[in-house]
Amino acid sequence: MFAHYFELGLRSLRRNPALTALMVMAIGFGVAASMITYSVFRAVSGNPIPGKSSQLFIPQVDAWGPQQNLANNEPAEALGYIDAMALLRAHAAKRQTMLYQVQLAAMPDGNRDLPLTANGYAVTSDFFSMFDAPFRFGGGWSAQDDDARATDVVISGALNQKLFGGVNSVGRTVDFSGHDYRVVGVLDHWNPRPRFYDLFTGANSFADEPDIYMPFARALDLHMYTAGRNSCRGTISFTNWQAYTQSNCVWITSWVELDSPAEVTRYRDFLTHYAAGQQHAGRFDWAPNVRLRDVVQWMDYEKVVPPESRIALVVALGFFLICLVNTIGLLLAKFMRRAGEIGVRRALGATRGEIYEQYLIEAGTVGLAGGVLGLLLTALGVSGVGILFQPQIARLAHLDASLVGLTLVVAIAATVLAAFYPAWRAARVQPAWQLKSS
Amino acid sequence: MQIRPILATLKHHKAGTLLIAMQIALTLAIVCNALFIIRQRVSHLSQPSGVDEANVLVVLNEWAGKPSPGEIASLMAADVDTLRRLPGVADAYASNTYPLSGGGIAFGIGHSPDKLKPVSTTAIYFADQDALPTLGLKLVAGRNFRADEIGQVDRHGDIQPGAIIVTRGLADRLFPDGSALGKTAYISRQPSTIVGIVERLQSPWVDSGMAEWADCSTLVPYRQLTAATRYVLRVRPGQLEDVRRHVRAALYAANRMRVISPKDGVRTFAEIRADAYKSDRGMAILMGVISVVLLAITAAGIVGLSSFWVGQRRKQIGVRRALGATRHDILGYFLTENLLISTVGVLVGSVLALGLNLWLMKQFELARIAPGYVVAGVVVLLLLGQGAVLAPALRASRVPPVEATRSV
Repeated sequence: MFAHYFELGLRSLRRNPALTALMVMAIGFGVAASMITYSVFRAVSGNPIPGKSSQLFIPQVDAWGPQQNLANNEPAEALGYIDAMALLRAHAAKRQTMLYQVQLAAMPDGNRDLPLTANGYAVTSDFFSMFDAPFRFGGGWSAQDDDARATDVVISGALNQKLFGGVNSVGRTVDFSGHDYRVVGVLDHWNPRPRFYDLFTGANSFADEPDIYMPFARALDLHMYTAGRNSCRGTISFTNWQAYTQSNCVWITSWVELDSPAEVTRYRDFLTHYAAGQQHAGRFDWAPNVRLRDVVQWMDYEKVVPPESRIALVVALGFFLICLVNTIGLLLAKFMRRAGEIGVRRALGATRGEIYEQYLIEAGTVGLAGGVLGLLLTALGVSGVGILFQPQIARLAHLDASLVGLTLVVAIAATVLAAFYPAWRAARVQPAWQLKSS
Repeated sequence: MQIRPILATLKHHKAGTLLIAMQIALTLAIVCNALFIIRQRVSHLSQPSGVDEANVLVVLNEWAGKPSPGEIASLMAADVDTLRRLPGVADAYASNTYPLSGGGIAFGIGHSPDKLKPVSTTAIYFADQDALPTLGLKLVAGRNFRADEIGQVDRHGDIQPGAIIVTRGLADRLFPDGSALGKTAYISRQPSTIVGIVERLQSPWVDSGMAEWADCSTLVPYRQLTAATRYVLRVRPGQLEDVRRHVRAALYAANRMRVISPKDGVRTFAEIRADAYKSDRGMAILMGVISVVLLAITAAGIVGLSSFWVGQRRKQIGVRRALGATRHDILGYFLTENLLISTVGVLVGSVLALGLNLWLMKQFELARIAPGYVVAGVVVLLLLGQGAVLAPALRASRVPPVEATRSV
């Protein structure tokens, strides 16, 4: 019976072409608007490290005090040198890393006569395993290399392509900004977006892939100031690296990996204990004020999802709702025009259930047609997202199998849902009355 | 026009009536808010930066290797010289940042050195005596920097300017009585004297979180000797494209140990502005498209349902015509019917629009909607309803009286 009703549905699409076209367009536009905004929303709010987001935590320690803290007495979003070094030395988590942005240039050599920018991060050895960075060649450096301030460097596949034509360059030497570094690893394409591990620098959370990763200790040795964000309180009075490291400026992001709730509790206790120690020693004259957020909480706190895409999603949902109300009205008109036909069928023995079924399936057919139109519009819209939003975000929004499926399912389900009332009205048609009047 | 028979008829079409009213209400709620968002975004993105944007270019330069601050000072001086000699270039200077760039330094500024209660946050622009003429800033009081005032500072060096130039917005905030010129303010431990006031110079940031002090900028008489330098060029009218094409090659010809991105190393202010306000413009366009499509769909829905009603009532219309109703009466009947339904729709819709606005205010820190937008939305939707029902109503008015004698 389904096939027959489906065929009837297809046939009836042609019966009132104007009314049908209106419905198909309403559903098509409604679904497309929702899906386009949803694809953008999905792109910007997705979990960048789904497998481990609940094991990675970002410790924060209040080194500014209640008078200079952020709103609601929130501590700074990064650590200063003193606290970063203390946490690094304490090594209270299974794995931990410290990181900040560095900006170098790969100096010209035999093949290139112009320098190349090499932006990236100073990190500790655990960085690569904590964040599941995939290696194409080689690997990261060891904890011993951290301590030895090794001149190792991990480069991106893209930089490897530019510098070495994409061959295995492990063991080769590159001059970055006047210092030689040994390549120990080459990453595969790896650029989690948003760049959750460095939201402190903010504006770049959807930025291009970093080119290099170098040992944290080595970067400090070379007095490399951060290329990312730096935030200070009060008047700035330092004039050299030494004074800078002792200032209240924050610029280092710390991450720890904690596997169980017990470990999380233990680490939080450790942080509180550390802050209490600093208070005791007279460095802080306020009570311990620490935070330990996981990746998702941190992304929420840093408001990673741009308000634009949220507002657009809300508006698109409202838009879809209106399209559905519109569809209910049009379906009602379409179905009730055939009251006479329904009367005949009922008189010939069709039950109300059968009429109901037939009209729901017919609505489903309309939904399918609307879905196909919606799919075309969505494809068009998604490719046009770049005109409206940041290219970095636009690149993330794309039409994939799940979006195609979702578009069709939403279109059909919504239309069938909208058809409940019109189909019910159709099923209640009084056969006797209809037959008499015709 | 008799209202009561219309109301009596509508009672028989409860579902259809309700659906049209609901659609009009929801459309009004969304369109008003969308128009309001568009207006806000457009006013945000059309704020003047204070810069003579048509004739200004920015070059983003990074020194390769690690030149010392001393070396950078001479490299920078040589570059500014090279740039000035380029045909079509009228003026040039080196800075840390420029309006709308999205990056830079912000300090608290106030009346005491401790900064526990700063008057405002201010963007810091490194400048020399050529900054004002190059950017085309309008000096409304005081004087420009003198060449002998310009200090030098490396990345995190101490900035303690004796003289500063501030925007009028900042001057008025620091000294509301308008006496800022010649007074001192603190951005460091040392007092800085306000020697000049420029009319306007927008901060590098356009984010809503920094909107409050977007017009509070401070020019400090320093050259910043770091690896990243932004050259700001003033171009002779009409030569923007020429200079833009040649400037990268000219700098590389002078010195190769640098990086100027081939992609976006040289930017015109039109590009800078388009980039900075991309999401504002995108939002405005998106809201505009959604509003237009929404109005079209609502109109289509009204046309669809009204046509259906007209089809259903041909016989009754025929009877009325046979009993003496004119075509004009029939037309009036359907227009009034639609007006009644639309009025209910826009009344409910106005409440929904205000509710949606309240919710958006809470969720997204949007401003309160001006009542004008709701009024405009009401007018638009009432006209839309009348326009949409016109075609079916005209068709109804053409139903001949003889229809009364036919069965269906």
